[in-house]
Amino acid sequence: MKFGRLSFLFLLLTLVLAGCGEPFLSTLKPAGEVAETQLTLLFISTSIMVLVILVVVIIYLIVLFRFRRKKGEENKIPKQVEGSHKLEIIWTVIPILLLLSLSVPTIAATFKLGDVKDMDKVDKDGNREALVVNVRANLYWWEFEYPDLGIITSQDLVVPTDEKVYFNLKASDVKHSFWVPAAGGKMDTNTDNENKFYLVFDKEKADEAGNLFYGKCAELCGPSHAYMDFKVKAVSRDEFNQWATAMQKNKEEVQPTSDLAKQGQEVFQANNCIACHAVTANDARPETARTAPNLADFGNRTRVAGILEYNEENLKAWIQNPEKFKPGNQMYKEANLSEEELDALAEYLMGLKVQE
Amino acid sequence: MSSVAVKKGLGASVWEYLTTVDHKKIAHLYLGTGGFFFLLGGIEALFIRIQLMKPNNNFVSEQLFNEIMTMHGTTMIFLAAMPILFAFMNAVVPIQIGARDVAFPFLNALGFWLFFFGGVFLNLSWFLGGAPDAGWTSYASLSLRSEGHGIDFYTLGLQISGFGTLISGINFLATIINMRAPGMSFMRMPLFTWTTFIASALILLAFPPLTIGVFLLMFDRLFGSNFFDVTMGGNTIIWEHFFWIFGHPEVYILVLPAFGIFSEIIPTFSRKRLFGYSSMVFATVLIGFLGFMVWAHHMFTTGLGNVANAIFAIATMAIAVPTGIKIFNWLLTMWGGSIKITVPMLYALGFIPSFVIGGVTGVMQAVAPLDYQLHDTYFIVAHFHYVIIGGVVFGILAATHFYWPKMFGTKLSEKMGYVTFTLFFIGFHCTFFIQHFLGLMGMPRRVATFLPGQGLELGNLISSIGAILMAVAVIILLFNVVITSIRNKKVGADPWEDGRTMEWAIASPPPFYNFKQTPLVRGLDTWWLEKMEGKKELTPAEPLGDIHMPNNSIIPFFISLGLFVAAFGAMYNPLNSVGDGKSWGLPVLIIGLGITFGSMLIRSLRDDFGYHIHKEDLLEDDKGGKVG
Repeated sequence: MKFGRLSFLFLLLTLVLAGCGEPFLSTLKPAGEVAETQLTLLFISTSIMVLVILVVVIIYLIVLFRFRRKKGEENKIPKQVEGSHKLEIIWTVIPILLLLSLSVPTIAATFKLGDVKDMDKVDKDGNREALVVNVRANLYWWEFEYPDLGIITSQDLVVPTDEKVYFNLKASDVKHSFWVPAAGGKMDTNTDNENKFYLVFDKEKADEAGNLFYGKCAELCGPSHAYMDFKVKAVSRDEFNQWATAMQKNKEEVQPTSDLAKQGQEVFQANNCIACHAVTANDARPETARTAPNLADFGNRTRVAGILEYNEENLKAWIQNPEKFKPGNQMYKEANLSEEELDALAEYLMGLKVQE
Repeated sequence: MSSVAVKKGLGASVWEYLTTVDHKKIAHLYLGTGGFFFLLGGIEALFIRIQLMKPNNNFVSEQLFNEIMTMHGTTMIFLAAMPILFAFMNAVVPIQIGARDVAFPFLNALGFWLFFFGGVFLNLSWFLGGAPDAGWTSYASLSLRSEGHGIDFYTLGLQISGFGTLISGINFLATIINMRAPGMSFMRMPLFTWTTFIASALILLAFPPLTIGVFLLMFDRLFGSNFFDVTMGGNTIIWEHFFWIFGHPEVYILVLPAFGIFSEIIPTFSRKRLFGYSSMVFATVLIGFLGFMVWAHHMFTTGLGNVANAIFAIATMAIAVPTGIKIFNWLLTMWGGSIKITVPMLYALGFIPSFVIGGVTGVMQAVAPLDYQLHDTYFIVAHFHYVIIGGVVFGILAATHFYWPKMFGTKLSEKMGYVTFTLFFIGFHCTFFIQHFLGLMGMPRRVATFLPGQGLELGNLISSIGAILMAVAVIILLFNVVITSIRNKKVGADPWEDGRTMEWAIASPPPFYNFKQTPLVRGLDTWWLEKMEGKKELTPAEPLGDIHMPNNSIIPFFISLGLFVAAFGAMYNPLNSVGDGKSWGLPVLIIGLGITFGSMLIRSLRDDFGYHIHKEDLLEDDKGGKVG
C-alpha cells in the first residue's frame, strides 16, 4: 500500500519535473549515467519528503479546523496533556526508518560516483584506456588538456559520447567549480589539490540537446563569475577521434590564406597576443605560462569569450573592450585597435580551424 | 542613586541608554540596532532581486552586486537575526527564570556595544572604498585576492562584533545556570529559556573557530602572513573547515531561539501546556550536539573523499529526527487545545509548513551525491531562506508582536499585523519556492546576472515580484510600530490573557528591578499554575527586603569604541596587502587599544558596589510612587 503510494508520487514527480528547464542545461533532463543517478536520488528523496509533508499537513489541517476557539468557549480550559510516550516513540522511530532507507542509496551512489579507480587502468601496451581531461579553471576561462593525446583546447570541451570521461580538476588563481548540470553534479576546482571525477554523455541525449551542453562555474570567483561559462561538445567516438587527430596534427599554426587574415596575423603578433594565447593545439609551455585561452581551433568555437554569440561583430567588440563583457578579466581593460586592425584580427582568428 | 524617573529630557534618555546595564533597556538597544540592520539587509535583498528581475540587467554593476550580496548575507546573519534574537533573550529570559537581571549586567552592556561598533565598522565600508565582495563565507582564495579594503572591514568588523556575541553567550549561560529563582529546576524552565541556554552553549563553542579563521585571514591581508596562501605553503581548504565548523552551528544558534519563541506562543494561544516537554528539551540538546557533527556537508563538492562524504551525509540526516520530534510536538500541543488566532499565533501557524519545507530540502541536500547537483545553486538559496525566513524571521516577527507589550507596555495593532503577515507569507513563498526549480534548471547562486535563452527568465521574474511583496509587508510593520508608539495605549501585565510563564505575571513593561520579591516556582508554566489556583500574583520565595542593583556605566561603550578606533589603525597599517598604508596607522592602532585596555583598567581598579533599593521605597512604589 505504502509502496504503491510512493511509486505513484514518483510518477507524478517525474511528470511535473520533466517539464522543467532546457535539455542542454537542466539537471532535470539528465544526459548521462551520473546525472541520471542524481535525478533518481532527487526523486527518491523528494517522494519520501512529500510523504512527510503530507502527514504534517493532514494533522495541521485537522488541528486548524477542529480546535479553533469557538464562540461561547472563551473560558474553556482544555485538558493539560503532558505528552504521550507511544506517540513520541512513533514519530521518532518512523523518521529514523525513513532516513535509513534513504541512506542506503545515498551511500551506494556516493561510492559509485566517487569511483575513479579505472582512471589509471592501462592496456597491455601501457596506454591508458579511459579518456582523461585535465581541467584548469582560471579567472573567467577554462582550459581543457588531453594529456594522453597531447592536445590543449579552451572554452569548448570536446568529449566522446557513451563512455566515461574522467576529469582532473584544479584552479590556477582562485577557487572555481566545474559544473555541467545536464551531465552531472559539480566538483570544485581547488587551488590546493587536484580533484577527480567522471561524467558520461549519452549519444541520444546529446542529439536532443543539439550536441552542445552548457557548463558553468558554480563557485563565486569575482565580478565575472556569472560569465564564466563553457560549452561541452558531445560527439560520437568516431567524430571525436577525427577531431583529436586533427588537433594532434596541428603542430604548426594554420597559415592564413586571405590577405586580410595575413594582416590579422601580423596584428596578432605585433601586439604580442601570442605571448599568452597559443595558436597551436600542442602548446608545450608549462601551465603557469599558459595564461590565456588556447586559440588553436578558434574558428570552430561556439561562443566568443564563452558567453557571446559567435560572430565577427561580437569578436571585434570583445577584443576592443573586454572589460565591458567580463569585468575583472585578466586580458586587458580595453584595446585601442583601429577598425581595419579589428577586421583583420577577426578574419584571422575565425580562420584558425584544425578541421572544417 | 539612579536618576529619578520623572519625565526625562532627550539628553538624559540618551545618556541612560549609553550607560545602562539593565537587561530590559539593553533589549531595546538590541531590537533597535538589529531592526535597523534588518532594514538595511532588506534593502540589499531588494537590490539583488531587482538586478535579477530580467536577464543581462544593468541595475548594478557586477562588482557592486557582489558587494551587495556579501553584505546582505553578513548583515542579516550577524547584525540583524542574532541581535534581534538577543533582544528577546534579554527582554524575556531573566524574567522567565525569576531573576532581577543577567549574571553580569556590565558584560551584557559590553556585549551590545561591541556588536554595535562591529556592525557600524562593517557598514562604513560602503563609504570607505567598497564593501566586502567575497560572499558571507569569504572563501580564502577569493578573499585574499579581493582588491580594496572590503575584506578587511569584514575581518575586523566580525572580530569586534564576534567578541560581543561570545560575551553575551557566556553571560546567558551563567545567568541560566546561576540565577534561577527557588524551585526553577532545569526541567521547569520555559522552552525559550532552554533554547537560549543551548544556543548560548553553541555560541561558546562555535564562535572561537570563526574568530580564529577571521583572525588568520586578517593577518594574511594586513600583516603579510601566509596561512591561506597556497603558493607559500598555506591551505585554503582549512578556511572552509574553520568557517563551517562555526557556520553550521550558527544556523542552530539562530533557529533554536526561534523554536523557543514558537514553543512559548503555541501553548499560550492553544491554552494547553507544551506537548512532550521533556522530549522537546531532549530534542533541543540533541540538535545542538549534532549541529557540530555535520559541518562538512557544506563541502561535499570540495573533494573530501567518498568516506567523509558518506559519513557527513548520514550525520546530517540524523538531525531531521529531533527536528521532526519538535514539529509533531507542536502539532500535538495544538491538538485538543483551544486555538486563538492572534498575530503571533498566525506566524507560528505559518512557520510550521514553511519550516518543514526548508527542513526536508535540507535532508535532500544531505544526500551527498544529489548535493553535487544542488550545491551552490539557487536550490540552496531557496533552502536556507526557507529555514532562515520560515524559521528565524517568522520567529522574530512573531516575538515582536508577542513580546512588544512586555517590552514597551503597548500592543501592536492586530489588524495591521494580519496584513503584514499575509503579504509577507505570500511574498516569501512567491520569492523562494520557485528558486528550488531555478537551481534544478541549472542556475548557480551568487551570479550577478544571467544570460537569456536558458529558460530562467520567468522564474526570476516571479521571485522578484515576491520580494516586493515582502518589502511592502515590512513597511506596514514599521508603520504599525510608529502608530502604536504614538497612540501609546498602555496594557496590563498579561495582555494576551493566556500567558503561562513568569514574565506575564509582572507589569508591562516590568519595573527595573523586575520582581519585588523573588518568586517561588512550583512547576512548569509557573504563572499558569498560579492563575489556575485563582491567584493574582506569583508566590514570593522571600520576605520583602532591600534589593541590590548594579550601577550604570559608560565604560562598556569606551571599551568597544577603543576597538573600533584600533580597527581603523590596523586596516591602514603600513604592512597591509592593499598597499595604501598610512603613517598614522600604527599610532591609531595603539591609541585605540589604549582606550580599550585603559577602560578595562579603570573598571578593574575602581570598586563599584552598586546600590540598594530600600524596602520602604518598594512599598512606596506599590502606592503609585516611582522608585527612581
